[in-house]
Amino acid sequence: MTSDMPDVSGTAGAGEAAAAPGDPGAPSAATARGGVEAVSCTGLAHAFGETRAVDGLDLAVREGEVFGLLGPNGAGKTTAIRCITTLLPVPAGMVRVFGHDAAKEPMAVRRLLGYVPQQLSADSGLTGRENTALFARVFDVPRRERAARVDQALAAVGLADAADRLAGTYSGGMVRRLELAQALVSAPRLLILDEPTIGLDPIARTGVWEHINAVRAVTGMTVLVTTHYMDEADQYCDRVGLMHRGRVRALGTPAALRRGLAERQGADRLPTLEDVFRDVAGSGLEDHPAGGFRDVRSTRRTAHRVG
Amino acid sequence: MSEAPAAPRTASADGTALLLTPPVPRAGWRVLPARVAAMCAVELQKLRHDRTELYTRAVQPALWLLIFGQTFTRIRAIPTGGVPYIDYLAPGIIAQSAMFIAIFYGIQIIWERDAGILNKLLVTPTPRSALITGKAFAAGVKSLVQAVVVIVIAALLGVALTWNPLRLLGVALAVVLASVFFSCLSMTIAGIVLSRDRLMGFGQAITMPLFFGSNALYPVSVMPGWLQAVSKVNPLSYQVDALRGLLLGTPAHLAADFGVLAVAAAAGITAASALLGRLAR
Repeated sequence: MTSDMPDVSGTAGAGEAAAAPGDPGAPSAATARGGVEAVSCTGLAHAFGETRAVDGLDLAVREGEVFGLLGPNGAGKTTAIRCITTLLPVPAGMVRVFGHDAAKEPMAVRRLLGYVPQQLSADSGLTGRENTALFARVFDVPRRERAARVDQALAAVGLADAADRLAGTYSGGMVRRLELAQALVSAPRLLILDEPTIGLDPIARTGVWEHINAVRAVTGMTVLVTTHYMDEADQYCDRVGLMHRGRVRALGTPAALRRGLAERQGADRLPTLEDVFRDVAGSGLEDHPAGGFRDVRSTRRTAHRVG
Repeated sequence: MSEAPAAPRTASADGTALLLTPPVPRAGWRVLPARVAAMCAVELQKLRHDRTELYTRAVQPALWLLIFGQTFTRIRAIPTGGVPYIDYLAPGIIAQSAMFIAIFYGIQIIWERDAGILNKLLVTPTPRSALITGKAFAAGVKSLVQAVVVIVIAALLGVALTWNPLRLLGVALAVVLASVFFSCLSMTIAGIVLSRDRLMGFGQAITMPLFFGSNALYPVSVMPGWLQAVSKVNPLSYQVDALRGLLLGTPAHLAADFGVLAVAAAAGITAASALLGRLAR
């Protein structure tokens, strides 16, 4: 499995992450107490009929980092995320979240997660405050601190003034921030964002990322984000994994990946992350396998709702 | 850095203190009632923000009582056991309007699936059976509000209903239990057909047979044999029997009625919970 990875020597993360795969039966998930990875996937595979959406994925997200899972539509990002969030079963391989096996202890995993799906998923018939309060309730926030906690989550994403308006009147960027508040209200250790800025205008995109970073600075939570905007990943992620055809094909800090390609190509100009991706994916980029349809459809739906 | 956007409204010095500590999990049996309460609260909040559905859905039962009820009261064709036909009809229409709300609840589940809301709820510490139970009781609450509207309409049309609070509590229980069953039936079909359009078709196809194959409009005794058999396995009949007994004081089999409704509700929750995973894929 490791042989698929291009040489990204000099990358801080590659060595440790690449150490995990090999024998899925003996994962190094509990590397050492205190050094437990936020997410570790070993040999994860998931197929929809004939389409192998995730095909032997190895991944290690360290506690406290912002990890970007990048790739085109159909690369398997969303399927991988859905396995990690316990939405999909884990038919092959192993998924652990802070040492908890996603297949065997889904409830323990869910308690640690804040999840923002790809679609704009706030309930348009409820106010921002009601939307957030629902998630406080289902995460067992006691009644006496519910209102204060909801207030703090809404304030943290800059929605204090819009809290009592129906979410149906929010702009796309505001809905995304509301979803962030919904995820934050339970103080998750791992925040999972699936295409958080899809369909948003550039200003709203920056706004969403600023709030993610601000919250992370305070809480120290780990962030796992998928995106196909390479520029965002370059700017906001500590490390990225480039995913193509169901596997991570390159792994490291954005800077190290770009330097690595520059050295191999001997280019005088520093390549972008997108160049790295083209290099990794090769010519296969244009004809990515079927199964992307649903992905594209939901993306379009989101884009449509945002306007 | 954290406070850069929008100064927090709370007066506390540290506006994010609570966001650092995860809440203590509820244990064991207390999870279910908590989730049911959360889902019911959401349903009531939605009704408060938009009552349109409540009003438009009141039109049909009003017409049934006003036109069908008053006309058939004059015809005296249906043996009602001595009560005016409109009185006999009212509990049937209450049950029918509650059923119509519940039977289309699966459409809401599919909408929530498409919007990502369902996935988000499935990633919370909520067992699938608790999520379905919560949704089912939320449908029950919505149906109950609708039932109150129809009861008021019936009272305005001069139907002699009871105002005994204990009996009304029994009415509420029967409406909620039946709605739990019908919404779970709808969510079960949703878990099988997986699309809103197909579910619409199924909903249309089963509501009328359930309604006409029950004792809502006429007593079981005047039905042909095969329809009596349908009525026997139709939970709507047991609901109507209970409502009639409680609201009008006609002879009813309350123990059997509530027993059947409770078993049907439990079976519905089990079936819908088992199929919820299909909607999450």
